Amino acid sequence: MMQRNELQVDTGRDRSSMSDYLVPQVRAIPPSGIRRFFDLVSASKDVITLGVGEPDFVTPWHVREACVYSLETGKTQYTSNAGMPELREAIADYLSGRFAVDYDPGSEILVTVGASEAIDLALRALVSAGDEILVPEPCYISYSPITALSGGTPVGVETYAKDQFKLTAESLEAAITPRSKVLILCYPSNPTGGIMTREDWLPIAQLVEKHDLIVIADEIYAELTYSGRHVSFASLPGMKDRTITVNGFSKAFAMTGWRMGYACGHPELIAAMLKIHQYTIMCAPVMGQVAALEALTSGIGEMERMVESYNQRRRLVVHGFKEIGLDCHEPHGAFYAFPSVASTGLTSEEFAERLLMEGRVAAVPGGVFGKGGESFIRCSYATSVAQLTEALDRIGNFVHRIKMS
Amino acid sequence: MEKLKVDILELLKEDARRSPELISTMLDVPEPEIKQAIGELEAEHVIVKYAAVVNWSKVSDEQVTALIEVSITPERGRGFEGIAERIYLYPEVKSVYLMSGAYDLLVEVQGASLKDVASFVSNKLSPIDAVLSTKTFFVLKKYKQDGIIYEEHEDDHRLMISP
Repeated sequence: MMQRNELQVDTGRDRSSMSDYLVPQVRAIPPSGIRRFFDLVSASKDVITLGVGEPDFVTPWHVREACVYSLETGKTQYTSNAGMPELREAIADYLSGRFAVDYDPGSEILVTVGASEAIDLALRALVSAGDEILVPEPCYISYSPITALSGGTPVGVETYAKDQFKLTAESLEAAITPRSKVLILCYPSNPTGGIMTREDWLPIAQLVEKHDLIVIADEIYAELTYSGRHVSFASLPGMKDRTITVNGFSKAFAMTGWRMGYACGHPELIAAMLKIHQYTIMCAPVMGQVAALEALTSGIGEMERMVESYNQRRRLVVHGFKEIGLDCHEPHGAFYAFPSVASTGLTSEEFAERLLMEGRVAAVPGGVFGKGGESFIRCSYATSVAQLTEALDRIGNFVHRIKMS
Repeated sequence: MEKLKVDILELLKEDARRSPELISTMLDVPEPEIKQAIGELEAEHVIVKYAAVVNWSKVSDEQVTALIEVSITPERGRGFEGIAERIYLYPEVKSVYLMSGAYDLLVEVQGASLKDVASFVSNKLSPIDAVLSTKTFFVLKKYKQDGIIYEEHEDDHRLMISP
């Protein structure tokens, strides 16, 4: 193989190209739009970035310290495949106390390497060739590629700014076909900041029942809501058995790099996911599990303080966009604002690129998040007040120049 | 104290230069209410002063800070108040705390040199009648004060763009 490699002519179609060895599903995945933009931003100087999809807090010290202590005392072994029993119990208590969903720590909870692994496991366990997977868009960028890896067909369901990017029963029903099998829900939403209330959920739950769908509820931003507690999809009448709840520690506890997540659901679904997990991952890293346990047992107060701080910055940013004259629906969740740049006459790609080059602010063009994101930009407000204030000034000047010219 | 005032204090504690307008936006409370609350906090002496936190070791290498444990005999009727005042009125005294435990007052003194501080202790502090004894500890390095870490360190290790 190496010899062939030396001789290869990289035409992309040539038989000797290394990519010819790849399976078609992987080759078919288009390059990530966010990746291209990342390269562009990384090459720029003096830029304030609103493009970061993670908290600006460092993991609270008591959580880091718990991990350090566990390493000092030699906790370096495998844990049970599903995760440490104490951690699963803590997760069960936490979900029951905060989101009114009850899961049995023995058979209904699986600790994973980030919520990402949980989503991958769920899709691998549920999707086969020909299945259609419904994905409300704009949404987090991973669902469609992972679905495609399993041979499934992602079907985008557009959501709109006029509905505050809520998923509506009409749009969902229009997208459902006899092949529809799974509905992926990500609320509070990355990138829109949209949320779903109980009233918003109920008609969706009816459709799920009517069309016999399974739901993967990615609730990674569940703690980050600013107008009342998030309503877990599994807490709706009749929905617990149909829902795989995915959550994790990254956003709420500022633990992105730890890669700690979990999936909860019907014992038969979790057992199937565990089967894949035990052969591919074995178990989530023990030091992360120890830290996650500490976060759940004594990190709630600090987490609530972080959420309050996001809320203050959220108001600042939404107010800022209004002053600038960019339409911005009020985001009630996550840490993103999703203003429309339509009034500038530019597409979101053009706007983001020119804002970066001329205004020295990085924001992610909404088009990378799928259908309906084209005329928006995603701005993360998980950045210091001073940086946000400066960024808003720069965006204001930039927009003013565009509208004048 | 009402929540609004606590929220305002926390925002000002992070950055005292934040304007009532900014605070009004961040807390979603009308600006006149913010101004009134700040006015009250100032009048009640809850907000004592808006001062910069200075890392003096960057200004002069010679600056010396000492923490002095002072044991005193309390005065009849006034307890520690009168002596504490006699001590804190000296400009070189930066802070004074009444302590529980083995001594009574913890006094933070700043001087231009070791000699400076030593002479303050021997000429001004010790001669006070009520002062029974002093123990002086020189500060070698200040790491953190009032919740503010002195060392500059890059906290933001995040990628510029992430999904």
